[in-house]
Amino acid sequence: MNNKQSWIDQRFPLTKVWNEHLAEYYTPRNFNFWYFFGSLAMLVLVMQLVTGIFLTMHFKPDSAQAFASVEYIMRDVEWGWLMRYLHSTGASAFFVVIYLHMYRGLLYGSYKAPRELIWILGMVLYIVLMAEAFMGYVLPWGQMSFWGAQVIISLFGSVPVIGPDLLTWILGDYAVGDPALNRFFSLHVVALPLILVVLVFLHIVALHAVGSNNPDGIEIKKNKDKDGIPKDGIPFHPYYVVKDIWVVVAFLMIFCAVVFFAPAMNGYFLENANFIEANPLKTPDHIAPLWYLTPFYSVLRAIPPMFGSQFPGVLGMGAALVILVALPWLDRSPVKSIRYRSAPFKWALGIFVISFIMLGWLGMQPVNELNAFLARLFTVLYFAFFILMPWYTSIGKTKPVPERTTE
Amino acid sequence: MPEQTIDLKKRRFLTQATSVVGAVGMGFVAWPFVSSWKPSARAKAAGAPVDVDISKLEAGQLVRVLWRKKPVWIFRRGTEANAALSSPELEALLADPNGSGNSKSQQPNYANNTHRTIEGNEDVAVIVGVCTHLGCSPTYRPEPGAADLGGESWKGGFYCPCHGSKFDLAGRVYAGVPAPTNLVIPPYHFVSDTLIRIGVGPAA
Repeated sequence: MNNKQSWIDQRFPLTKVWNEHLAEYYTPRNFNFWYFFGSLAMLVLVMQLVTGIFLTMHFKPDSAQAFASVEYIMRDVEWGWLMRYLHSTGASAFFVVIYLHMYRGLLYGSYKAPRELIWILGMVLYIVLMAEAFMGYVLPWGQMSFWGAQVIISLFGSVPVIGPDLLTWILGDYAVGDPALNRFFSLHVVALPLILVVLVFLHIVALHAVGSNNPDGIEIKKNKDKDGIPKDGIPFHPYYVVKDIWVVVAFLMIFCAVVFFAPAMNGYFLENANFIEANPLKTPDHIAPLWYLTPFYSVLRAIPPMFGSQFPGVLGMGAALVILVALPWLDRSPVKSIRYRSAPFKWALGIFVISFIMLGWLGMQPVNELNAFLARLFTVLYFAFFILMPWYTSIGKTKPVPERTTE
Repeated sequence: MPEQTIDLKKRRFLTQATSVVGAVGMGFVAWPFVSSWKPSARAKAAGAPVDVDISKLEAGQLVRVLWRKKPVWIFRRGTEANAALSSPELEALLADPNGSGNSKSQQPNYANNTHRTIEGNEDVAVIVGVCTHLGCSPTYRPEPGAADLGGESWKGGFYCPCHGSKFDLAGRVYAGVPAPTNLVIPPYHFVSDTLIRIGVGPAA
């Protein structure tokens, strides 16, 4: 046994990697509920990769055959319905998990120094994931696939000067059609998953170099015993591996309940209009992106056209995403965790969460005067969270941060 | 062997020169890949003009055809609806009624008039049915005064269900809606009295 291990270790750093990332990766002992979602995101990623590989074996990326091939998977391919529902439910589950994972970052200041790069890599992951999900939603070539693509891609057409040519270049045609479907398929199954896997790798390498944050927002590496092991740390393996297995089982119970009993989630995971094949002549009466994109869609709709162009709205939507990257530098507070933050920050975070949820809800509603007003109000509050952050994180009284983790 | 010293200046020059040549080479290699996303010969051929027979088109009726994979509406306006297009009451509701502002380039020059049609054929409208906001296809709502579209202030036209933009029967945008400009008029001409060709303008 030892012989085999040393034979490998002389040729590949197996034991070193195992120790660095699992057996001797010291993790704060005070992780709570909010710390499950990183591992769960990895689980969902693997699930999406596996089900995606099998769906690709039966799907036809051709505008004349795509819709029928999805129905073929649903009805004629053995267990095809399961692959498809695991994949479509997995997409929504991915965003549920990611949004909770990001909220954890906000709660405990995980984005603050020295973890800025982990946060930025995570934001890039989030944006690539949105592109991946959007392109995946186009593939079944239903009404919502088609018109969703039409709306999202036409955003590029609003870029001043080069817009129309850019649009034609992205679509490979004068409108959404077969070339667009075909290239979205290629990006969805090859290019973006590769980028996602590489980014996840970098995200974890950066995390393991710096070490995990924790609900107290203190650095456990500051308190080491005589062997150089953090006093408040426990090895990831076996302690958190075992805990995560428990979490995975709990997650899968909920996940499977959705897959088996409500895969369309009443139109939230698979929209009703998408069970009709794409028809370029008729827009569905009500069009909305899937729930995980609606907060940003609301921002887009909230900003009125200016100078005869929709571009300001597009810029606003882009800014709503990009501003997240600046978070580590906007936050001036000396403490990380919500447990020791000042009252103004707690208020701001509460208003931000309400704004985000309300924007998401409004993005699914039809436009009327009240909704348009609310969307503008919550768009302003959304941006205020970031723009006013240097001010409200520097006022108010923070609580003293303990030296060691608390129970 | 003579004593050799490392010429750092020369080394830096060579490194930079190699990098620049490499970058230019990368640019050349990238071009075919970027270019492959442009419409293929087949897509361009499918974007050829289309002919529409309007001999059976009655007043108020609308037909939809695909040109370059976009819906194009061809519809006949009744005498009343046609006359109403130049009423001051309607024009007061529109953002750019005479196509001189933001909507300047939304129609060919020969269709830049109140009816937004070729002169002499004011009753037959040809409009690209793609909302100038975010690309949905508006619905045909010709009946003036429709209660769900604002009653008195609705003069008949097109309503976009996606974000609530409104257009009149000449595809002109109402003021205060998300769509920034009038709908696009494609190039078209009459081959004969009953045949329209969409995609090419009239011979000058």
